[in-house]
Amino acid sequence: MKFALFTGCVAHGATRELMVSTKLAAETLGIDFVEMKSAACCGAGVVSEKSPLLADALNARTIALAEAQGLDLVTICSTCQGQLKKTECHINGDEEYKKKINHLLSDGGHQYDGHKSRIKHFSNILASPEGMQLLKEKVTRPLKGLKCAAFYGCYVLRPSELSEFDDPDNPTALEDIFTALGATPVYYPSRTKCCGFPIVMMNKKASLEMAGNALLDAVESGADCVVTGCPLCHLNLDSYQPEIDKLLKKKYAIPVLHLPQLVALALGHTPKELEMDKHIVSTAKVNHILASQ
Amino acid sequence: MATFRIKRYNPEKQPEAYYEDFDLDIPSGATLLDCINLIKWTKDGSLSYRMSCRSAICGSCGMKANGHALLACQRQASSLLDKDGTVTIEPLGNMKPIKDLVVDFKPFWEKIDRIKPYLQPGEEPPPEKERTQSPEQFRLIDDTSTCIMCGNCYSDCNTLEVDGNFLGPAALAKAQRFVSDSRDQNTHERVRELSKPGGIWDCTHCAECVERCPKPARPFYRIKEIMTVALEEGVHNNNGARHALSFTRSVKASGRLNENQLPVESMGYFNIKGLLELVPVGLRMLLKGKIPPIIHKSIDDVKDVKRIFKDLKQ
Repeated sequence: MKFALFTGCVAHGATRELMVSTKLAAETLGIDFVEMKSAACCGAGVVSEKSPLLADALNARTIALAEAQGLDLVTICSTCQGQLKKTECHINGDEEYKKKINHLLSDGGHQYDGHKSRIKHFSNILASPEGMQLLKEKVTRPLKGLKCAAFYGCYVLRPSELSEFDDPDNPTALEDIFTALGATPVYYPSRTKCCGFPIVMMNKKASLEMAGNALLDAVESGADCVVTGCPLCHLNLDSYQPEIDKLLKKKYAIPVLHLPQLVALALGHTPKELEMDKHIVSTAKVNHILASQ
Repeated sequence: MATFRIKRYNPEKQPEAYYEDFDLDIPSGATLLDCINLIKWTKDGSLSYRMSCRSAICGSCGMKANGHALLACQRQASSLLDKDGTVTIEPLGNMKPIKDLVVDFKPFWEKIDRIKPYLQPGEEPPPEKERTQSPEQFRLIDDTSTCIMCGNCYSDCNTLEVDGNFLGPAALAKAQRFVSDSRDQNTHERVRELSKPGGIWDCTHCAECVERCPKPARPFYRIKEIMTVALEEGVHNNNGARHALSFTRSVKASGRLNENQLPVESMGYFNIKGLLELVPVGLRMLLKGKIPPIIHKSIDDVKDVKRIFKDLKQ
């Protein structure tokens, strides 16, 4: 399997451990990820606030780059996934708009087709029959006894009319992957909720309360850790967890893992290799459960 | 036989809500509302809920099924059953229950009132006949005009769950109806008001409102449209607008987000209180080596990205 990897910005910035673990997981699984080094930021739904056309043009350029490579495009961020799919949906349903976008791209030598490359989140690949088979073959350290609470991230699920990720109200992709890794999925109501990150600069209290309520739900459902496919969710759930604790005064601390970290752990990589020591909330509990197997 | 697990509440009899199961054979093709009517007519006449048109027009029968808001008259009951043949019915969220499935819509309507839901055509004397719009002008407000005020979006809004001050998706969608109306002359004042705390920039992008909206109104898209107008109108003196402008500038300069610059510029360089709020998380990340690289690198071929910005006059 070979894909054009759209890393997104945060995997090269505040969550570099995501990039490290993605590379290790892909290498060990034998999946070839070719990094798209000239792809621009997806805009995170923010650039479109300034100009919807600009956001679509930048994302169409990214999709065109993957199409030119003849590869499907893989994302490692729910936000990037959602934005690229949204652009695809906007353009593919409107021939006039497609012409306008291609006119803009043509001076850079790009051409958006819209049907040559499929846009997939890494979890889509892993949850596919081929991905599941691959995990079955490659898992060397089943994560027995580790109870994992999935946190999907809004953009892969909603608006569902723009996404073909999973059932927006009852997704199973992440939990299916957890099971294939030997871990135990924990189902809890907040797994499809918002982490609050998009408004952390505008309404911090509401943002942290959202994240805190979701984490508390995971803790009360018996999870050992939360696992997310979105680095922005990771920032709010992990980096802000000490402030969430001060705000909600619930006295809990729960590690938050990136999905590729969990996958790579089951493939035999060590927490140190996956830079789990860089997380704000200690992942010692996860390490301890794995060590006691 | 299906089980309808309904959340009951009657404060005159007992202060706590409880769940009651009703078993029912679902008639072929019956909607959830048909089934609830059957339960009321044949099993318990005290069950309270709102309903009227049975055709997804009046917006009265909003309720939660399996945790998500919907119009009971718009969904086949059989499609809602879980693997045990049960559907859980609860009142809409983010509003206070009055009895069983009936909630108090007062805050919902107060927020609709707050956005001034009427045309403000300005000081010019009215035309002799009606104020007309071209089809293109109407298209800008067509979707939001379809809102039936069912409250489903308000019920499942993630921001409202933690902040009752948020205007919420229905009121903001209604606001877009006037912000983008070619006949309204108060656009600037409207977006200035809507940019204050509790307004557009407190929307957390969860898009639950799009999922729950039974009509094409889809409030999240409307909120984004107001944001664009607010930025065009120069209403920039707030964290949300500064965030959008800083983000876009960053992509223009390097093709990618500058994560060190964005929080500072969103808060504003002279917003000492806001900047101090960034210190704890910044320090934690610094100590763990999570601060994004100080030297911000551009993507390859950033020239082409800059060209697109230039072509679009951005």
